[in-house]
Amino acid sequence: MSSYPLTFHEFKQGLAEGRLLGLKCLECGAGSVPPSAVCAECGSPKLEKNSFSKDGLIRTFTVIRVGPEGFEAPYIVALVELNEGPWVLGNLVEFDAAAAGMDLINKRVTVSSKGIPPDPGAAGVEGVVLTFELT
Amino acid sequence: MRDVVILGVGMTKFGISSLSQKEMFAEAALEALQESQVKARDLQALFVGNVLGDFEEGQINIAPFLAAEIGMRPEAPATRFESACASATVAVRHAALLVRSGEYDLVMAGGTERTAIMGTPLATKTFAMGSHSEYERFSGITFPGVFGMVAHQYAAKYGIPLESLKQAMAKVAVKNHKNGVLNPLAHFRKEITVDTVLQSPMIADPLQLFDCCPFSDGAAAIVIADAERFGDRVEKPILVAGTGQGSAGPLYRQKDLTRMAAREASAKQAYEEAGLGPSDIDVIELHDCFTIAEVVALEMLGIFDFGEAPEAIERGDTALDGKIPVNPSGGLKAKGHPIGATGAAQTYEIVKQLRGECGDRQVKDAKVGLVDTLGGDFGTVCNLVLRRY
Repeated sequence: MSSYPLTFHEFKQGLAEGRLLGLKCLECGAGSVPPSAVCAECGSPKLEKNSFSKDGLIRTFTVIRVGPEGFEAPYIVALVELNEGPWVLGNLVEFDAAAAGMDLINKRVTVSSKGIPPDPGAAGVEGVVLTFELT
Repeated sequence: MRDVVILGVGMTKFGISSLSQKEMFAEAALEALQESQVKARDLQALFVGNVLGDFEEGQINIAPFLAAEIGMRPEAPATRFESACASATVAVRHAALLVRSGEYDLVMAGGTERTAIMGTPLATKTFAMGSHSEYERFSGITFPGVFGMVAHQYAAKYGIPLESLKQAMAKVAVKNHKNGVLNPLAHFRKEITVDTVLQSPMIADPLQLFDCCPFSDGAAAIVIADAERFGDRVEKPILVAGTGQGSAGPLYRQKDLTRMAAREASAKQAYEEAGLGPSDIDVIELHDCFTIAEVVALEMLGIFDFGEAPEAIERGDTALDGKIPVNPSGGLKAKGHPIGATGAAQTYEIVKQLRGECGDRQVKDAKVGLVDTLGGDFGTVCNLVLRRY
């Protein structure tokens, strides 16, 4: 049995310490953020833990006006391409949802994170969400 | 390889129902058995889609209860399939594969779901469970949100002004509602206009309320059999000519949300197995959970070139009397979306279309039809190519 290369727990700990952890493939060089058992690009299990830059570009977004229980709308969800190539999902914060428009696409952001308390309605763990701020 | 045919189909009215999931399924199943001229005790297996029964009715492992409900024998395995909104299509596909392989000669597939009972907050929460539970869900992403991101990315990628894209999207809703008026089993039987869509509340930018399909209750069932042994039971058996199913990871791995790897893989398998291509298709039931979903599906299924579906929709190519009629049933938008039953209901419509039994919404001389169902954040896509036998 091989051990999981970078667990959700470790990923969360990294964020709490201000680091965006992921995996770098020793075969193709691609980054996997968030982590997975094998390289997201080539499938190789030969991976090493790596800190990634916390800079990227917004590739697409939406403003959630009707959220699931436990989320207070409106808020912005965005997909961001990190400088190293991987894409990550998170919330654009410190930005007025009413001002969100197509011009957000390709805007540069920095990545931080925010802890999410465990869902009282499920046996889930404490979560974390990546947060993006325009630079 | 053996030929696999659909002998008969059954479906409840979609909408808000006071019936339980078992009661709805029984109605659809008994209708399908009657059409097929076979008895429940002769069915060798049941494959059933059901997604959120746990939350809706506190019911897990519903499949054996459904089998017992309609009088199937203990020798017949009954299994629940869960692939989010694609569940029933995946159930139908696996039923067809096991008949084709020779394991069974006569089986039933279908789905049942009672979403409306959950109310919007719980439904929104449970539907969002289709997203990656560690790395996506904590962002508060919802299904409308996912497709909102698709729409924005589509507009940016092809350089189409968002307002023009939204016009074409609204026309998808208008067309599907128009078709729904002609379908007695549809959830909504009311025409709308482009203004109805563009003046409705914003749900997840740029999607407004009328860009979104409803939560519905309903069930559908399909009897699938070996053509040689059972094909002559009915006047118009329908051939399962090809099937496909693809899988993909979380959104952040898929990156280009306008091109869904699972759908492109699935459609390719289904076309190749059928020995047919997009130009052979006469009628399509596809997964219009949101208006933009129909736009991008048409491109990935090879019906229109990438970036050109909005223009084709504006031209009326997908209307009931257009070049390639899409969602004559009203689609998920107007017929309704009882998630675990949706794929079986799409199959029901294509079977009825190929038999020429659709009355006012009949697509003229339809010989080959395509079913397309998407589950989760495009994690699962399943396709069926059906034709007259």
